[in-house]
Amino acid sequence: MSTELPLIGDYSAPSNELSGARIGVVTFPGTLDDRDAARAVRAAGAEAVSLWHADTDLQDVDAVVIPGGFSYGDYLRAGAISRFAPMMAKIADAANSDAKLPVLGICNGFQILTESHLLPGSMIKNDHLKFICRDQLLRVENNQTAWTNGFEAGQEITIVLKNQDGQYVADEKTLDELEAENRIAFSYVGWNPNGSRRSIAGVSNKAGNVVGLMPHPEHAIEVGFGPDARGTDGLTFFTSVLTHLVGGKK
Amino acid sequence: MSQEVTKEFNIDTVENAAATPDVELPWAELGLKDNEFAEIVKILGRRPTAAELAMYSVMWSEHCSYKSTKNHLRQFGAKVTEEMKKDLMVGMGENAGVTDLGDGWAVTFKIESHNSPSYVEPYQGAATGIGGIVRDIISMGARPIAVMDPLRFGAIDHEDSQRVVHGVVSGIGGYGNSLGLPNIGGETVFDPIYQGNPLVNALAVGALRHEDLRLANASGVGNKVVLFGARTGGDGIGGASVLASESFDDTKPSKRPAVQVGDPFAEKVLIECCLELFKASLVEGIQDLGAAGISCATSELASNGEGGMQVELTDVLLRDSTLTPGEILMSESQERMMAVVTPENVEAFEAVMAKWNVEYSWLGEVTDTDRLIITWKGEVIVDVDPKTVAHDGPVYDRPYARPEWQDALQADTFKSSSAGQNLPATGDDLKAAVLELIASPNMCDKSWITNQYDRYVGGNTALAAPDDSGVVRIDESTGLGVAIATDANGRYTFLDPYAGAQLALAESYRNVATSGAIPAAVSDCLNYGSPEDPAVMWQLAEGIRGLSDACMVLGVPVTGGNVSLYNQTGDKPIHPTPVVATLGKFDDVARRTPSGWREEADGQAIYLIGTTKDELDGSEFANLRGHLGGVPPVVDLEAEKELGAILINASRDGMIDAAHDLSEGGLAAALTEMVLRFGVGARVALDEIKERDGIDSFTALFSESQARALVAVPRSEEVRFKDMTSARGVTVARLGIVDAQSGSLEIQGEFTASVDELREANEGTMKKYFG
Repeated sequence: MSTELPLIGDYSAPSNELSGARIGVVTFPGTLDDRDAARAVRAAGAEAVSLWHADTDLQDVDAVVIPGGFSYGDYLRAGAISRFAPMMAKIADAANSDAKLPVLGICNGFQILTESHLLPGSMIKNDHLKFICRDQLLRVENNQTAWTNGFEAGQEITIVLKNQDGQYVADEKTLDELEAENRIAFSYVGWNPNGSRRSIAGVSNKAGNVVGLMPHPEHAIEVGFGPDARGTDGLTFFTSVLTHLVGGKK
Repeated sequence: MSQEVTKEFNIDTVENAAATPDVELPWAELGLKDNEFAEIVKILGRRPTAAELAMYSVMWSEHCSYKSTKNHLRQFGAKVTEEMKKDLMVGMGENAGVTDLGDGWAVTFKIESHNSPSYVEPYQGAATGIGGIVRDIISMGARPIAVMDPLRFGAIDHEDSQRVVHGVVSGIGGYGNSLGLPNIGGETVFDPIYQGNPLVNALAVGALRHEDLRLANASGVGNKVVLFGARTGGDGIGGASVLASESFDDTKPSKRPAVQVGDPFAEKVLIECCLELFKASLVEGIQDLGAAGISCATSELASNGEGGMQVELTDVLLRDSTLTPGEILMSESQERMMAVVTPENVEAFEAVMAKWNVEYSWLGEVTDTDRLIITWKGEVIVDVDPKTVAHDGPVYDRPYARPEWQDALQADTFKSSSAGQNLPATGDDLKAAVLELIASPNMCDKSWITNQYDRYVGGNTALAAPDDSGVVRIDESTGLGVAIATDANGRYTFLDPYAGAQLALAESYRNVATSGAIPAAVSDCLNYGSPEDPAVMWQLAEGIRGLSDACMVLGVPVTGGNVSLYNQTGDKPIHPTPVVATLGKFDDVARRTPSGWREEADGQAIYLIGTTKDELDGSEFANLRGHLGGVPPVVDLEAEKELGAILINASRDGMIDAAHDLSEGGLAAALTEMVLRFGVGARVALDEIKERDGIDSFTALFSESQARALVAVPRSEEVRFKDMTSARGVTVARLGIVDAQSGSLEIQGEFTASVDELREANEGTMKKYFG
C-alpha cells in the first residue's frame, strides 16, 4: 500500500502559493474545520501549515487560524481546556509581541481566544438552546483589522453560521468599550441567531491583529460548496491577511 | 462482601463446565430457544461456560445472525449480473460494501437501524446509531465523508412525539455535528403506525483509495490483537440481542440500561487515529465493536482470518471493575475498535495512540489452532470454533403467508371510499388542498430538523436536504464525487409488499438521477415487524424478492445493509418499511442539478417528464383524508431507467438548470418545492397533460404516478432537450415557465398562490409542534 497518497483534503495537497505567506492552522483533539480552514488558506494563495496543539514550534508561520469544532468535546466549557495547550501559549505570546502575529479564531477558535483572554467576552448556549446551521447575513463593522481590510466598512456579507454555544456575552462596560474602540468586527443582520449581546458576531483586540467570530468564513470560499447564494465572501478574510502581511492596508 | 469476591465467584472455566454438566444456565433469559441451546451443547460436546453462553446468545440473536432472513437475503447475492459486479470491490457480508469510483477512488456506504434504542432513550439511541455506522465505514479503511438520517415518527400531535422527536434530532445533531461529518439528507415521516416503534436509520458514506481497503480478518500467526478507544463499561449489555430481537410490551420492565451511551469526542479522536494508522499501514485487520461487542469482534476477526485467536480478558480496560467475563464479552460500550498488528508495528501503533491520547490494551494474538481461546487470569473460560459463533448460527425458514385481509385492503380504493368523495374541483378548493398538503406533517418543510445538523463541514457538500439527493465531492482536483438518496414509503409497502419495496428503490434511484448522478449501488435497511408473525414474514419475503428483482432490472447491486425486525407494539406491526439508499457516481459534482430554479432562470421552460395516471391509493392526499387502501402506483422500472438516462444526460450536457422528482404529493408537492427552493415563482397550465392523459386537475396535481420529474430548461436548450426525449420515446409536456417577477405560483385557470403564502404554509408546521 502506498503511504504517499493524501487523505481527502489533507494539508499535503499542493497549494498554488502566490504570496509565499505561511499560515498555520491549529488542530486540537475534536477540531473539525481544520481541513476547511487549510483549504481556504490555499484558495487565498498562501501555504497552509498544520500546527498540532501539543507542539510548541510555531514553524515560522506568518499568521494563525484557530478553526472550529468541538475541541475536547466542549464537555467542560467551550475552549476551556484547549486554551491550556502548549501551542496556545506560543500563539498568545506571538499575538501580544511587537510582531503582532495575526490570529483568526472561528467558532470554537473564537471561544478558545476568549478563554485565552486574547479577546474579551465569552460564549454561552444559544438562546433557543438548539444547534443552528444556516446561511447568515453579517455586517462588517470594522474593516481596519488584519483579517477584514479587504471589506468595505458597513459591507453586508453572507457566510455560514453553525454552533451550539454562540451567544456572545460580556458585561456592559466591556460592550461599551468595544463599541467606543470600534472593536466590534461583525454584527448579525436581520435576525440575531443566538441572542448575542448587541448582535455581536465577532470582535477584535485593540491592535486589530486578533479577530474572533462565531460564523465560518472558511465555508464560503468556493462557488457551489457554501451558502445557497453561492457567494465567496469568506475568501476575503484570508486575502485580507495576505494584504496585511505584505504591508497593505492595516 | 466485596464486589471482587462476587466477580471471582462467577468465573466458570471450561474445565468446570466439563465437570459440572448439569448446572442450570439462564439461556432462555438470554433469548436462546431450547433447540438453539441444544445445538450449542452439541457443537461444544459439553455445556457452555457462562462466558461462552453469553457469546453465543448475542451472536445468535436475530440482530446479529439474521437467522430469520438469511434464506431470503441470499437473493441479493444471487440476482446479480456480471455487469452489476464490475465496479463492486466488496459485496455483502463485510462491514460495508465498496464500489469503485474510478481514478483509483472507491466509496463505501451502508445504512443501519437504531430503532429500538431510539424509542427507549431517544437522544442516546439516535446518537449511538450514527456512531456505529461511522465505525463500520472506518473499518473498511475509509475516511467517513457524510451521514444521512431517514426517520419515522408517530403522529406529529401525539404527546410522546415531543420526547422522541426532540431527543432523536438533538441526538443525531449532538453526535454527528461533533464528528465533522456533514449531514446531507434523509427523510422524515410522521404516521401513528410508528408511535411505539419510531424508525431511526442512519447512513454513512466514506471514501478511500483502492489500496487502502481493509477487511475484518485476523491474519498472520503471532500478530497481536489490540483493543483501543473507550473503556468497556456496563452500558448496552444485551442491547443488540435483547432490544432488537423482541417486540415492545407494556408488561416488561424498562430497557433503559440496555441502551448504549455515546461519547462523540471519543469517536472523533478514534476516526482521526484510525486514519493515521491506515495511512502508515500499521494494521493488518480491523473491526469495529458494535452489537455484541468483544464477542462479535473476536469471533469475526478470528473466523475470517487464519482461524484462531488467543485473548486474555482481564487485560480489557474497564470503566466498571465489577463486570463479569460474560458482561465484558457482551458489553456494547461505544467508540471501541479491535485491530490486528504485526509485532514490528507495535511500537509505531503505540506512538499513534499516544499522539491522540487514546487508551489501548494488548489482549492476545492470532493463532492457527482454529480455536478462539479466551482466558481469565490464565484460566480458559472460552474455547470455541469461532466460525460456530460468528457464522454457523441457526437459520430459520419461518412460515409465511399472504394475510387474509390483504385482498379486502387492496379492494378498498381511495376513490371508492367515502374519504374519496367530493374531491376538490374548483380553483379555490384546489388551492386550499395544495396549501393543506404542503403544510401536512409529511410534506412540510423539515429545516427545523436539518438546521440542527451541520451540512457544510468538510467543504465538499454540493447538495444537501431539501435537494433530491445529498452530493459530496471526494476529489478536489477533479470534482469526482457521489450522490446519495434514501427513500421508503410504508403505506405503499403495506398495500403491496412486493411493489412497495420496488417503489422505494425506484424513488431513490430517481432522486440520484435527478441530481445528475449515475446510480451505482444500493444499501437497504429493512424495517419490519415480528418474523414470527406469518403475515409479517410474508411482507418481508415479498419485500426482499421485490427489491432484488428490481435491482436486477435497474442494474444496481445491493452492497450491504441491515434488517430490523420486531418493530411492533403488542401484535401490531409497523407498516413494512424497506428504506433504500441508492448511491450514484459523479465524474464532476459541479454539474449536479439543484431541486429548484433561481432568479436567473427567469423565463426558462418547465417540462414534466412522464405520464400521469389516476393513482391516488396510498397517496399523501388520501393519507390527509385518513384513507389507506387500494394498490400503490404501478412500478415501471424500464421507464425509470429511461427517465434516469434523460436526467443524467441533460445534466451532463447542460440542458437543464433545475430538476425535481415527482413522488409523495405528486405534481402539487414538486411544483411548490421547486418554487420554494429559492423563492422564485412560476406560471404553469395543466391543460396539455389533462387532455393527453385523460385526467382532471385534481388528479394531475395529486396523483403519485411514478417515473416522472419536473425540469427547468433554458430557452436555448429546448430543441435539444425535446429531441433527446423524443429520440428515447419518453413523453414530455411543456407546463409553463419560471416567472421571477410574479412572486407567485400560478396554475392557469385554477389559482394563484404567492410565494409567501406557500412558504408560510410549508414552514409553519414543524415550528408549531416543536418550537
